[in-house]
Amino acid sequence: MASTTNRPDPAMPATGARRGGASGRHSAPRVVILVATRKGAWLYHGDTKRKQWRTDGPHFLGHIVSHLVLDPRDGRTLLAAARTGHLGPTIFRSTDLGRSWREALQPPAFRSGPDGGRTVDHTFWLTPCHANEPDAWYAGTSPQGLFRSEDGGATWSPFSCINDDPHYRKWMGTVQDGTPDGPKLHSIIVDPRDPAHLYFAMSGGGVHESIDGGRSFAPLLKGLEVVEGFDVADPTFHDPHCVRLCPGNPDRLYQQNHCGIYRLDRPGDRWERIGNSMPARTGDIGFPMVVHPRDADTAWVFPMDGRDVWPRTSPDGSPAVHATRNGGRSWERLDAGLPATQAWWTVKRQAMTADTLEPVGLYFGTTSGELWMSGDEGAQWTCIARHLPEIYAVEAAVLA
Amino acid sequence: MKVLIPTSLRSYTGDRREVHANGATLAELLADLDRQFPGFRFRMVDEQGRTRPHMRIFVNGAAVYELAQPLHDTDDVAIVQALSGG
Repeated sequence: MASTTNRPDPAMPATGARRGGASGRHSAPRVVILVATRKGAWLYHGDTKRKQWRTDGPHFLGHIVSHLVLDPRDGRTLLAAARTGHLGPTIFRSTDLGRSWREALQPPAFRSGPDGGRTVDHTFWLTPCHANEPDAWYAGTSPQGLFRSEDGGATWSPFSCINDDPHYRKWMGTVQDGTPDGPKLHSIIVDPRDPAHLYFAMSGGGVHESIDGGRSFAPLLKGLEVVEGFDVADPTFHDPHCVRLCPGNPDRLYQQNHCGIYRLDRPGDRWERIGNSMPARTGDIGFPMVVHPRDADTAWVFPMDGRDVWPRTSPDGSPAVHATRNGGRSWERLDAGLPATQAWWTVKRQAMTADTLEPVGLYFGTTSGELWMSGDEGAQWTCIARHLPEIYAVEAAVLA
Repeated sequence: MKVLIPTSLRSYTGDRREVHANGATLAELLADLDRQFPGFRFRMVDEQGRTRPHMRIFVNGAAVYELAQPLHDTDDVAIVQALSGG
């Protein structure tokens, strides 16, 4: 697809996504929710009170969209990681908040190798680089690979040594070792204080850190547990589901792992299992991890049923967000407005997020195609959209 | 030679179901298609030169699996999206 154009949006002025305007005036901030699904992507534009939401979509109907991300450095560039059931993976890019799209000239792809080499099944994760690196992006793929673009997503190259490093290849395992829809590299994090300080995670393969701009990475696994009977020292057996860095304190990381919820305070290197203080009946298994944009003691999770065969549903069919306000010493169940019973959906690792407004807005999309939000940090929940395809990712961006 | 394009790839060809392309082999033909319609090839052939699992290519009605397959100017090539998936 060379390019597509969507119909003009009369409700959004041409400069609506830009920060300020030629006059220097600033309008009230609005949130746009970016929803990636198994069958396309949608944008939900909120009013200034986050009460009314206008639907823009579908974009790429029929494409499997793993992630849709707005570039916070310009407030108008979108990247979408997409493929179809038959066609190979690609990246679509819009510089006008989704009115028109162009396809990447060179999507993420592994180098060809003498042994036949690996093939990118899909790009799973997109992260804009540091504010001082305009137009640079990172991408994580399935199977696990790390890629970088220097030109706003038009062309992508393998990044760092990990894609071909023998140790990392061993830790990545095979497709057989990965999650049901393929092993993934995700949670690519850039330290907002230092573009050379990077983290990423692999399911499976563990959490890794670079302090030299990605020239080298090292595992960051101390304190993390693995499935009983496996070697905790081997990154192969580690399965981080989602890792987040706190913008309010970039020395603090939270992680939702296959084996619990953790917190890490740097320069320490030992993760602390803070999920032990979750209600016993709920447990601390889940996929998403969301952090507060300013308060590093506040984080949210969405527990799921990880017993016996891993039903991957809300525990007992009763979905709830859980929040900590003290760095994980205690957790509060937040379910007002959510179905009380017989709701057997859950939330994938990229499908829950927060905006940066006051109070913080929370958003999540479900495996059953519902989009939920809270305008008061989780105290009350409202369903914004129903009957969407299975939701893979939800991002919230504030447009000034 | 004539190349039949499946619906899933017609966003690249301006919605044309049939296009003309040249090449002494299937690999060259796909390279010519990618020159004409940038991005086309990678959607159906991966970075290791393998046709993607659910894409099929027929030359004069016969299934072809090797990109080294020789072609003639009079051949009819059909790119088909396999009846798989759901």
